[in-house]
Amino acid sequence: MKALVAKVAAAAFVLFARAITAVRAIWPEEGLPAKPCVYFANHSSHGDFVLVWAVLPPRLRHRTRPVAGAEYWLKSPTNAFIGRDVFNAVLIEREREKRTEDPIALMVSAIDAGSSLILFPEGTRNQTEERLLPFKSGIFHLVDQRPEVDLVPVWINNLNRVMPKGEIVPIPLICTVTFGNALRVAPGEGKEAFLERMRAALLALAPKPAGSGE
Amino acid sequence: MTAAGSDLVTLVFGIFGVLIVASAVGHILERRLATNGPNAAVENLNARIRAWWAMVILIGLAFIAGRVGVLVLFAFCSFAALREFVTLIYTRRADHWALASAFFLVLPIQYYLLWAEEYGIFSIFIPVYAFLLMPIISVLRGDTERFLLRVAEVQWALMICVFCVSHVPALLTLDIPDYEGRNVLLIAFLVIVVQLSDVLQYVWGKLFGRTKIAPKLSPSKTVEGFVGGVASATLIGAALWWITPFTPLQAGIMSFIITLMGFLGGLVMSAIKRDRGVKDWGHLIEGHGGLIDRLDSVVFSAPIFFHIVRYWWSLS
Repeated sequence: MKALVAKVAAAAFVLFARAITAVRAIWPEEGLPAKPCVYFANHSSHGDFVLVWAVLPPRLRHRTRPVAGAEYWLKSPTNAFIGRDVFNAVLIEREREKRTEDPIALMVSAIDAGSSLILFPEGTRNQTEERLLPFKSGIFHLVDQRPEVDLVPVWINNLNRVMPKGEIVPIPLICTVTFGNALRVAPGEGKEAFLERMRAALLALAPKPAGSGE
Repeated sequence: MTAAGSDLVTLVFGIFGVLIVASAVGHILERRLATNGPNAAVENLNARIRAWWAMVILIGLAFIAGRVGVLVLFAFCSFAALREFVTLIYTRRADHWALASAFFLVLPIQYYLLWAEEYGIFSIFIPVYAFLLMPIISVLRGDTERFLLRVAEVQWALMICVFCVSHVPALLTLDIPDYEGRNVLLIAFLVIVVQLSDVLQYVWGKLFGRTKIAPKLSPSKTVEGFVGGVASATLIGAALWWITPFTPLQAGIMSFIITLMGFLGGLVMSAIKRDRGVKDWGHLIEGHGGLIDRLDSVVFSAPIFFHIVRYWWSLS
């Protein structure tokens, strides 16, 4: 019963996201990796992973799990239902002191179980004028353990205007989700160099600054 | 079957005939040119023709569903057009509630007023009430950064996408003697003539286009396309007099006015796209671009057409 409700809710989320944003995916020339991979995206809204999820082809969508902060998604029973049951999120504790499980181990085991992940390496929603915040090191520790995993940069455009932080009514605006070609960690690549390379690859997908629309 | 019904059926079969010929031509072009590899222009042509099938069927279904069907269809057009328009304008956090009101308050009220046939308030609701309300909502947050620009752009978006578009279904509210129950054919007349003019300008331009008419605004528009398109659409409009309350001459004059407005509207909307650095308004209709790309000429001709008919033909 709960699974059925979750399925209907997931379909409703996707439908709602599409109705508001008419979201359109722009695919990379090489296509998406067939094997489990990590989609890493810019983060400005709680709706970010819904949009990525909505544009993925159904066969890939069903095995894709967003990585999200446990403190938000376990805050209330409704949040927990949406986070756990509807989107099957990998919930990680962001504050080190509260951790009972290692977030990297959770992500690695999800990938080993055949899931793809949606990851927001900025670590939190970007509320600044900067286009992209510096990356947290989690993604590096992940590929340190699973270097053969494909990393797909994903730029989500305009969703921050649809529903800025603190607003409850979304403004219908056209959003695009741009996927880049898959990347991997280079042998012997250092943490700083790797994080900077990933960040640059993601920024390269961003359209020209605001005002030009797309 | 009513007279309006049988005229509509004749019209729909006529349009299907045109589309079948267009699809056949597109298919032949594709096969003939396929030897030289895929041809982008022909692929776009065929995508456009396929989209036309979908649009004609959608409008046909709305007509069958009657007044409510037509209102719902154009309310959706307003919604999708407003979404494309607001995507391209400069907005700030402080405009959030003004924008939310535009989508979820102003737009539904405008179409509700049409449904309730409250012409008086319908005709001033956006130019007066929304015009004053929107900047008030925006100003409450105290953000003065480019304030005039922001409120002006939201008002423009509402006028174009909601006010002007709603004048197409508004034709249903007119009370024309000896034309009772046939008003839906006025919508058909407006949409067919304006869209045909766009298509014929494209065809004439592709075949004989030499001299660019507005190189800075729209490099694909030519003098030959404009003259040929407007002239042939005017003639076809005159030939469609039997679905209107007009005489053939009046139908021709009306067609000339709305095709001219449509052409000029296309130029205005092109200028906005250039200003914002985009080629199309969106991607809603394959081969055509966004909904506004298809609707721009209707937007500019509908209110003028509505008011001319209302002034000279309607009792209400």
